[in-house]
Amino acid sequence: MAAAPAADTRLDELVCCPVCDALHELGEVPADTRMRCVRCGTVIAVDRPEAIRRIVVLAATALVLMTIVVFYPFLELRTGMFVSRASVFDTVMSFAQGIMAPLSIAVAIFVIVLPVARLGLLIWALGPLSVEREPWPGAAFALRWAETLKPWAMAEIFMVGVAVALVKLADLATLSMGPAFWSFTAIVVITAIKDTQMSKHSIWSALDRARKS
Amino acid sequence: MVGAGSGTEKLKAWTARDAGLVGCRHCTRVSPIGTETCPRCGGGLTSRDPTSLQRVWAWAVVGLLFYIPANLYPMLITSTLGRPQEATIVGGVIELAQYGAWGVAAIVFFASVMIPVGKFIAIGYLAWIVRKPHGHSPKQLLHLFEVVEWIGRWSMIDVFVVAILVALVQFDLLATINPGIAAVCFALSVVFTMLSALSFDSRALWDQIETLADE
Ligand SMILES: [Zn+2]
Repeated sequence: MAAAPAADTRLDELVCCPVCDALHELGEVPADTRMRCVRCGTVIAVDRPEAIRRIVVLAATALVLMTIVVFYPFLELRTGMFVSRASVFDTVMSFAQGIMAPLSIAVAIFVIVLPVARLGLLIWALGPLSVEREPWPGAAFALRWAETLKPWAMAEIFMVGVAVALVKLADLATLSMGPAFWSFTAIVVITAIKDTQMSKHSIWSALDRARKS
Repeated sequence: MVGAGSGTEKLKAWTARDAGLVGCRHCTRVSPIGTETCPRCGGGLTSRDPTSLQRVWAWAVVGLLFYIPANLYPMLITSTLGRPQEATIVGGVIELAQYGAWGVAAIVFFASVMIPVGKFIAIGYLAWIVRKPHGHSPKQLLHLFEVVEWIGRWSMIDVFVVAILVALVQFDLLATINPGIAAVCFALSVVFTMLSALSFDSRALWDQIETLADE
């Protein structure tokens, strides 16, 4: 068994691995290094001084693009003289009739509400930090929920679904993509980049430091 | 860093529980054992989740129950010139393959059949094996768990495909597509299996290995 931490170690110098519970004593994490759990290899800390500002900028960009997604056309289908258009909102409402109505609500939550909520929560929690201000009230609550909701925000899965649907329809009709399609694609890419910038330990200790100062 | 060792020694690290502490899984902060709410992030704290396995099994069983009708009932009801045609999940895959769209057929088959079935087996295996001392490498079990946790959401593809087709193909007399009841069952099945994977306490993968090594 590895040595126990010395008795005088302060609690805030210890970090537990959220996956396997192994205890680590972290001093200063050198810039641009990834610290992995000695036992299970989970990334525990990534110190990138610019990470927080980058997360906030990416989240804000994605949030702006979301307004385009909601208000502009998404896909258009043509066969001869017939035209059929669908916005993201129409797609969400596909199940609105009869006993499948709850599924419409669920799709709306997975594809629009939760991705937007995560972006908003991250900006609320980390926005003031990125410009070296004191965090807003409820920052910890917002950050914790942004992480908890992560598996349920499914914008990227929706886009793969769109790709599959387009192939299915390719023979039937001519398709064109509207502005909403391209901004939704951009949001998915931005969100993926943003999530690689995160390490729980680094972000939470940044929030700690900001709260103390 | 504490706990550095070599080879199999690495499996036995000093854990928060050994140190009389409880680690927060939301923000990685440690608190004295018995603390119920994390002072940093306000999240709930448990050193080990005692109800974890019960919830894993319960959600997985409910998920499995919904997966059966999801395969038996139609996912899509297509009407071309007033003639309705129903397609199940597997029927849709076969149709795509007949069109020669092998790549997409493979994606849909993978997301709607392979992933859900594989997930039920993997979750069952993990929940079974962590109950008692076992000689499996916890790192490999963790990889399996991470794959299950990551991939489960992707099964939603088929539900979204149905939604997009229904929204897009509305040429009144010419052709319309309507969702079948299997779409609801399938969506519920995905949600419940995700809840099952999220209930799993990954820390348990190491606990029994330690018991084995201590004996
Ligand atoms: Zn916490």
